[in-house]
Amino acid sequence: MSGLPIGRDRVLVLEKRGHFSQSAALLVPVISIICALFGGSLFLLATGYDPVEIYVTMLSGAFGSAYGLSETVVKAIPLMLCGLAVSVAFRMQLWNIGAEGQLYMGAVAASWVALFHGEGSRLGVLALMFLAAAAAGGIWGLIPAIPRALFKVNETITTLMLNYVAILYSNYLVYGPWKDPKGMNFPLSAVFPEHATLPYFGDTRIHLGLVFGLIAAVMLYIILWHTRWGYEIRVIGESPVAARYAGMNIARNILLVMALSGGLAGLAGMAEVSGITQRLQPNLSPGYGYTAIIVAWLGRLNPFAITGVSFLLAGLLVGGYNMQMSGLPAATVSILQGAILFFILGGEILTKYHLRIRDARGIEVAE
Amino acid sequence: MYKKVLALITVLLMAVAVFAGCGGGADKASSGQQGEDKSQEAEKTKVAFIYVGPAGDAGWSYAHDLGRKYLEENVSGIEVTPPLESVPEGADAEQVIENLVQKGNKIIFATSFGYMDAMEKVAKKHPDVTFLHCSGYKVLDNMGTYFGRIYQPRYLSGIVAGKTTKSNTIGYVAAFPIPEVVRGINAFTLGVRSVNPDAKVKVVWTNTWYDPAKEKDAAKSLLEQGADVVAQHQDTPGPMQAAEEAGKFGVSYNSDMRQFAPKAVLTGPVWNWGPYYAETVQAILDGTWKSEQYWGPIGDGIVDLAPYGDMVTDDVKALVDAKEREIVDGTWDVFTGPIKDNTGKERVAAGAKLTDQEMLEMLWFVEGVDGIIPQE
Repeated sequence: MSGLPIGRDRVLVLEKRGHFSQSAALLVPVISIICALFGGSLFLLATGYDPVEIYVTMLSGAFGSAYGLSETVVKAIPLMLCGLAVSVAFRMQLWNIGAEGQLYMGAVAASWVALFHGEGSRLGVLALMFLAAAAAGGIWGLIPAIPRALFKVNETITTLMLNYVAILYSNYLVYGPWKDPKGMNFPLSAVFPEHATLPYFGDTRIHLGLVFGLIAAVMLYIILWHTRWGYEIRVIGESPVAARYAGMNIARNILLVMALSGGLAGLAGMAEVSGITQRLQPNLSPGYGYTAIIVAWLGRLNPFAITGVSFLLAGLLVGGYNMQMSGLPAATVSILQGAILFFILGGEILTKYHLRIRDARGIEVAE
Repeated sequence: MYKKVLALITVLLMAVAVFAGCGGGADKASSGQQGEDKSQEAEKTKVAFIYVGPAGDAGWSYAHDLGRKYLEENVSGIEVTPPLESVPEGADAEQVIENLVQKGNKIIFATSFGYMDAMEKVAKKHPDVTFLHCSGYKVLDNMGTYFGRIYQPRYLSGIVAGKTTKSNTIGYVAAFPIPEVVRGINAFTLGVRSVNPDAKVKVVWTNTWYDPAKEKDAAKSLLEQGADVVAQHQDTPGPMQAAEEAGKFGVSYNSDMRQFAPKAVLTGPVWNWGPYYAETVQAILDGTWKSEQYWGPIGDGIVDLAPYGDMVTDDVKALVDAKEREIVDGTWDVFTGPIKDNTGKERVAAGAKLTDQEMLEMLWFVEGVDGIIPQE
């Protein structure tokens, strides 16, 4: 009997709920957020801050002004693309933890186009960067998919490990062959030419990547619910055995889905280098590929919900800097952000699972 | 069962209502507060700082934070915003700087090289705000740069290290292979070899400004290779702690690090930003500030040597004092020829002196440095 031992012959186990009610599905996130804010405020009070003031600062910083809102959208773009990327893999029970690396490979490929094949019309160059990034990310997703499809090699580990390879490869390029010759030896590539940068909306930093994200969400929705392929993906995710009986080609779907997943994450990389940094540089992503996993789960793997959740999480990140401006140390901001995520994810688990206490024979103890 | 659920929902709804009520009330309260802030703003100029590490890193950002506090205490008519710590030198920097402008800050100090492009972008959009960037080279009418000639105290600390080493191998934990760091290594090595021509300085790159564990590990590897003094161009006391643990010596950087490794730290170049921050902000308030590239010498006090550890003898201190006087008087500076590079080629002829521009672009090692500058 597995589970957390909590006394003599007693274990605490998580059991999947047979069904979960609509009301619980709506209520639980609300309760989780209240618990999160409450837990956070205890922590803030203990460290001598006024929680209400801090929360107001966070919310108003992220959503309270046109500028704050625009920056929240900017941060939401990579989260959205990566969140969609991992969600389609998760739907098939493929644990693609590699969005971070796929993002970097997309960024590298887009930078390669911008730096070395940047001549031509803006539309042409951007289209080429788009395709290169999607292809590079897709290939990076495909690499761990092949051993997974053929030999059932655990993709959680391989995708995770390939993140380090991709990040180090990108670093190698900016520390070495792609370093800007006029950059005082600093590890940065040259700045992209103007026509290799994504256009902005008005005076903000919101770039065309937002449109990529929204189109990707619609496309994923259509694929998943209105195509035969999407049907296969969903069936394989729900029950691989049933899928095999139905004659679905699981190996082929693993390859296709991982390529699609990697390609979307690669686009996030293109959007970041072309829209935000306009050059390849180290620390391009502050972990978007990992945060995207949370985004995907909170969005329950639904493309439109993921789009919404990515704005909320982006707000949490953007609001963090505002909290610092009101005097909260950076480390405390991180703790608070972590606490909020902890409660929300914890609540999420409880919508799908019961906590039960069972005795040694596995019989539930009435309590 | 239904009753239970109903009760639960009622309680929750009440909780939500209470919370929402609080939130609403607080909103009003804080907007009232903001109104007050605005009326104060009319008189007080808001000044903001951005750090690359935590203010408590005991090194680079800590030194800037001491300067920030000095500014707060010594200049009136300003409101110094709490510092923004650990802002990554990448995509986020532009957002953070722009956000500070949006929040009404009129003077913004960005204290790391990697903020240069982000600051330039924001500065072009806001001509009414004064931007000051530490250690860069891009200037606009409303954006100046500031830095100190830290290579001067580095040279002096090299004298102490050269007099201390027995193995004639000195380690140097260095951040990035950029001219600023290379210049420091060269100045230090020239100082070492001015008193000990047989000594060598071994360099290890960490490719990070702030990473306590990595810095310490780099120092350990140098100690294992026979170094008995370790110098650093890093932001934390990690390398000093490694020296202390190995029973060897260290030359610190940024701030007085003796408290972290009392038996190891000989001395070290330190930053003293306070007076510069105070003067600059005062000049901006008075309207006398003009965009410039300030590179303050040791005579201005912006750079200095940390207090000596107990093991440093008076003879050595006297040697250092004599050299320091020459630098302050302007009769001599660190990069005065003859200087050869570490391939034996003469780089500075006897009697000649490197210009500021040559120093700012320095990407070669002087004789006595054991290391390479990764370059494409």
